[in-house]
Amino acid sequence: MKLIICDKEYIIDNGKIKRDSLLSILNYIKTKVDNTLSFRSGCRSGVCGSCSITVNGIERLACKTHVNDGDVIAPLKNSKVIRGLVVDLSSQQKCLKDSKAYLAKKSDALITKEDEKNIDLQSNCILCNSCYSSCPVYEVNPEFKGPFALTRVYRYVNDKKELESKFKIDTVQENGVWDCTLCGNCNMVCPQHIDIKNDIMMLRNKSVQAGYSDPNFTNFPEYQDFGFDPNGF
Amino acid sequence: MIDLLIVGSGGAGLSAALEAKKQNKKVLVVSKTYPTQSQTSQAQGGINGVLNSQNNQDSKGFHLKDTLKSAHEIGDENSIKYLCENSAKTIEWLDQLGVPFSRNENNEIAQRSLGGASHPRACYSSDYTGLKILHTLYDSCLKEDIEFLNEHMLLSFIIEDEEVKGIIVLDIATSEVKQLLAKSVIVATGGYGGLYHGFTTNSSATTGDSIAVALNSGMNLSNMEYIQFHPTALKKSFILISESARGEGGYLVTKDEQRFVDELLPRDVVARAIMEKLKDGEEVFLDLRHLGLEKIKETMPQEYNLVNEFAKKKLELDLVPVMPAAHYTMGGIDTDIFCKTSIKNLYAVGECSSNGVHGANRLGGNSLLEIVSYGRLAGKTASNNLDNIKGIEEKDYPQYQEMVKKIDSYFSLPNEMDFYLAKKQLGIEFYKDVGLFRTEEKLKIALKKVLQWKAELPKMGITDKDKIYNTNLKEFIEFSNMLDIAEVIVKSALARKESRGAHYRSDFPEESKSFAKKSVVNAANLEVKFQ
Repeated sequence: MKLIICDKEYIIDNGKIKRDSLLSILNYIKTKVDNTLSFRSGCRSGVCGSCSITVNGIERLACKTHVNDGDVIAPLKNSKVIRGLVVDLSSQQKCLKDSKAYLAKKSDALITKEDEKNIDLQSNCILCNSCYSSCPVYEVNPEFKGPFALTRVYRYVNDKKELESKFKIDTVQENGVWDCTLCGNCNMVCPQHIDIKNDIMMLRNKSVQAGYSDPNFTNFPEYQDFGFDPNGF
Repeated sequence: MIDLLIVGSGGAGLSAALEAKKQNKKVLVVSKTYPTQSQTSQAQGGINGVLNSQNNQDSKGFHLKDTLKSAHEIGDENSIKYLCENSAKTIEWLDQLGVPFSRNENNEIAQRSLGGASHPRACYSSDYTGLKILHTLYDSCLKEDIEFLNEHMLLSFIIEDEEVKGIIVLDIATSEVKQLLAKSVIVATGGYGGLYHGFTTNSSATTGDSIAVALNSGMNLSNMEYIQFHPTALKKSFILISESARGEGGYLVTKDEQRFVDELLPRDVVARAIMEKLKDGEEVFLDLRHLGLEKIKETMPQEYNLVNEFAKKKLELDLVPVMPAAHYTMGGIDTDIFCKTSIKNLYAVGECSSNGVHGANRLGGNSLLEIVSYGRLAGKTASNNLDNIKGIEEKDYPQYQEMVKKIDSYFSLPNEMDFYLAKKQLGIEFYKDVGLFRTEEKLKIALKKVLQWKAELPKMGITDKDKIYNTNLKEFIEFSNMLDIAEVIVKSALARKESRGAHYRSDFPEESKSFAKKSVVNAANLEVKFQ
């Protein structure tokens, strides 16, 4: 059976492909077949976020993925490839910093079991960059704060420990919540099953409550003649 | 000029960085990986804290007693006292930064029982405790504008007149050797469980780099024979199933569903009981079926997913085959309780260090507590000491040229032998002969093999000659570090002719009073002394 990795063909034992994770196969190729194959890896258990790649164009964690004959393995998208399956991750820190995704000011509110559950899923993010790679917005706006950063902002906005939620809403207006196309690609590829699209919609709701409006609609003329009169005149 | 250089970006490094930044010091965190990719992300079960909760009769005294018991007389009582005295403050600090600790019915931080603990003491965030602590620390570091230099690997310390002046690193993306000067350096690069390659729950990055570099720079190492085996890793993949699975009431059973050990005894006892069964050709399973799906999903969502994804089993329906795996290393760079090494202005903290906080065995929940509380202490101690340090002379230090030459030479090694094969064999050899049951005979076999691989190292080398993101080169350097540490582990294990905590000698099965001391390896001649 064969795998195409970074445009190069590798022949792998049939049993191995069926039995082992893609990461095990990459390690096998690296140590036995081709020492020059470059990829990142760490925990092998889906929590360090370092082995994300694409399989047939879809983002996956290599450690949690099984592949089939003829599958095409390539680096993440929307980032510069350094070598092989390794991409430049410097945008990650920038997205997080630009979004101010942290606890700005601690409140003294009582945190209940339910409050903690409200931010449980979002705080399972492993920063694997899969969502970033899957996001179509980067083709038109490289400054987009992006899915993982916005989910993280929502995690803090929704945290009762945060006193300055409003300040967070302010920071995600530009290149933020309104730039998302709500396509849901990020949800499809998130290995932690975080509902990122919903988090962004919730941030939009909170933005509207804070007095912001969708900039995509503000340029519409007040009256537009659609050639249709509902009153029939 | 950088005030404080922190090598390693796990929980210990980030805690140190935050503390130093709070004191307005210029901090740079240098890391072999990216911050959130570090080993801390894998900690699941919890972080110990004695809190003033209702319905919990725990006390600092009980925590101290449990930890001392687990340390088997070779822990440092003062180090352990500091850990236990500060646990509530540490939890509070993390809570303030935003760590989403799970809450109980009374809306207090919830706590669970882990092995060896007399009371429910481990605070947790479902079973993603390490992940959520690490990510919250990272968020806080970004808030404080702490600077990071990622994917740079430690090669050497710059030491002049017994004082550290900075470090030499390899830029993994370019293979360039760089000199980074700083008034003070804290190393927090993690343990050496990666030596048990193929038989460890640890990340492939956990190769004890700074420990090997410290040894080669003349620093003593202590308690290196102490490696904790976790009782329950998934068979074959060696993926960790947290102690919380047993803490919440899970059983260990044989094929005919018989329990054979009290599941909440210390890890070394449980791991050996499992290994005895495996040696007899039996299989051992983790059984959580009686807990029910709802409880499993609420208290250990990660275990549920891991078992599903990596063992293709369902925790609520199936018995899950498990094996002990190398999990945590107690030994490391010998430091005092303030994390000071024998080199001036150089500190070591977390799993790469050995300050006596765990002694012969680490209690579940104490490692996250250690990295955060001692990480902060190291950051504070190093910051307070900065006023005593004059500027560092900006010049090319000899270690820089040495490392440039060394890395250059790696590109022209002959490649007559395959180091990846040797690395695999090292893992097998260590699991077999330097594992849960050790004897003089087995250890001597291991030592012979390690020395042989060390001698053969110049015949190995890298076939990838590209300078860009050369992981072949990175892994070769790691393997060289692993061999340096391997020798020291085996020598320490040979010297400790007794059984104590995680170190079990089948030929000396009892504790011996004369060995109630830490083992110290002298960097100059690799001799082991007990003191």
